[in-house]
Amino acid sequence: MAAANIKVSETPLVLYALRRADDALILGHRLSEWCGHAPAMEEDMALANMGLDLLGQARELYSYAAKVEGKDNDEDKFAYLRDVRQYRNLLLLEQPNGDFARTLVRQFFYAAFADLYWRAMMGSSDPTLAAIAAKSEKETAYHLRHSSEWIVRLGDGTEESHRRAQDAIDDLWAYTGEMFAVDDSERGLVDAGIAIDPAALQPRWLKTVTGVVNEATLSLPKSNWMQQGGRSGRHSEHLGHLLSELQSLPRTFPGATW
Amino acid sequence: MYTQALNSSDGDDRGIEDAARAAQFQARIDDDERIEANDWMPAAYRKTLTRQISQHAHSEIVGMLPEGNWITRAPSLRRKAALLAKVQDECGHGLYLYAAAETLGTSREELVDLMLSGKAKYSSIFNYPTLTWADIGTVGWLVDGAAIMNQIPLCRCSYGPYARAMIRVCKEESFHQRQGFEIMVTLCRGTEEQKAMAQNALERWWWPVLMMFGPPDKASQHSDTSTKWKIKRFSNDELRQKFVDATVPQAQYLGLTIPDPGMKQNANGNWEYSPIDWEEFNQVLAGNGPCNRDRLAARRKAHEEGAWVREAAMAYAEKRENRKLAQAAE
Repeated sequence: MAAANIKVSETPLVLYALRRADDALILGHRLSEWCGHAPAMEEDMALANMGLDLLGQARELYSYAAKVEGKDNDEDKFAYLRDVRQYRNLLLLEQPNGDFARTLVRQFFYAAFADLYWRAMMGSSDPTLAAIAAKSEKETAYHLRHSSEWIVRLGDGTEESHRRAQDAIDDLWAYTGEMFAVDDSERGLVDAGIAIDPAALQPRWLKTVTGVVNEATLSLPKSNWMQQGGRSGRHSEHLGHLLSELQSLPRTFPGATW
Repeated sequence: MYTQALNSSDGDDRGIEDAARAAQFQARIDDDERIEANDWMPAAYRKTLTRQISQHAHSEIVGMLPEGNWITRAPSLRRKAALLAKVQDECGHGLYLYAAAETLGTSREELVDLMLSGKAKYSSIFNYPTLTWADIGTVGWLVDGAAIMNQIPLCRCSYGPYARAMIRVCKEESFHQRQGFEIMVTLCRGTEEQKAMAQNALERWWWPVLMMFGPPDKASQHSDTSTKWKIKRFSNDELRQKFVDATVPQAQYLGLTIPDPGMKQNANGNWEYSPIDWEEFNQVLAGNGPCNRDRLAARRKAHEEGAWVREAAMAYAEKRENRKLAQAAE
């Protein structure tokens, strides 16, 4: 017998918290995959550090989702007992680590967004979300600085590092549009002042990203075609493998406490 | 995480060219003074410490692998964060220890190359696999527990930079050990399957952990130089006995059975254990443990696949320096 999926009542606020929690968990998990295998010990430390920040954010957001939902769910049930179609994270964040350049480009695209996003969310009318935002903003400011510095080093480093960084930008670019999208469920929260409209952050995000990419002697793709679907559970093939690993123990030993 | 009990110090004094300075050096050690990086020291002291500290550093870095094996599968978010933080701590220990070794005059790069080429050793315990989640509890409880027994005396080691590094390392290790024990407590209070998992992990790790303290005193070819220099303060068997005596009541508390039916408590209260299979130890040391090849392969892969990243960072730093110089010249 394997542990079954939980049911979630995705009211707008629960769904909102789950989406951000899933973002943080999935990216944190990806970063944790590097642990012990990074190109230098200093980077092992840094990637683990950022992974820990994100895991912390995920736990707070899941706990808040559980509280708002008011049922039997908790942080671990949300993380370990939902299937691919119930996960709500951005497609960008589930993309495999690839080489160091790909991991850092993924981190950079997201951190440049998350830093703006959490800073704006500090003004949320929901005090719990505002508090989570204040903590997360401090953390993502470092993630942005760390990844920006690496984008510049890699882009303006050697021919090989330039090529790898450019390939990563070209491949991941189509996943960046989803960060700025809002659906009807979230629109209501934006109107109520609980959430902010990420679309408003897009010009500033692009300015930050363009500045760093230019300094790195790299370039952004011309294509405006953007992949979407993560927020509503239509994921890439990669997420299922990540979850099968992440969830293996609670799925194999239903009901056990760890 | 751990330094193998060293029994092979370069103990002869042939390298000492200056008998008067050597006598003065020994007098400082006898007075419990700390030796610092810029102080005069016998070549053999430098060599012994470089080897011991760098082996310790390699052990921290290789030790990230067996535990890192479970980060992506940790069974709750709290456990996942704790394990990731723990393995990150090991990396931090590796960094301090390489820095401490560098104060003796050999660079981190050279030391790491010796490990990657298989010339330098790391602790044999990391050549065993972590097969279940209970192994993560057992490694914390027993491997970190044994490491602490070995390392507490090193906080008073005569070489200042090593002793200071060990104070910080020991604090974190003792936290890890409690964390590991807490995982075991949870498993032992859990389902039958969880308890069986805990018992099985103890059975696999018990003997290799006892081997962590190094060969028995009577078989040791150890000259007493490390003791004379106050690098080593207790013998392998003394530390092993202390560890066994501390661990038996913990196993009893957990309701687990130590896989040594002949073990008994003597009149002094010490737990006498059965003979250790030193042939297994020698085989693992010779490269024939279950994971020797995997561990080295993983470290080499990380090193080789990271080469272009390190080159890029160097190239960029150089470019930036040149630009600064060019600007200054304008």
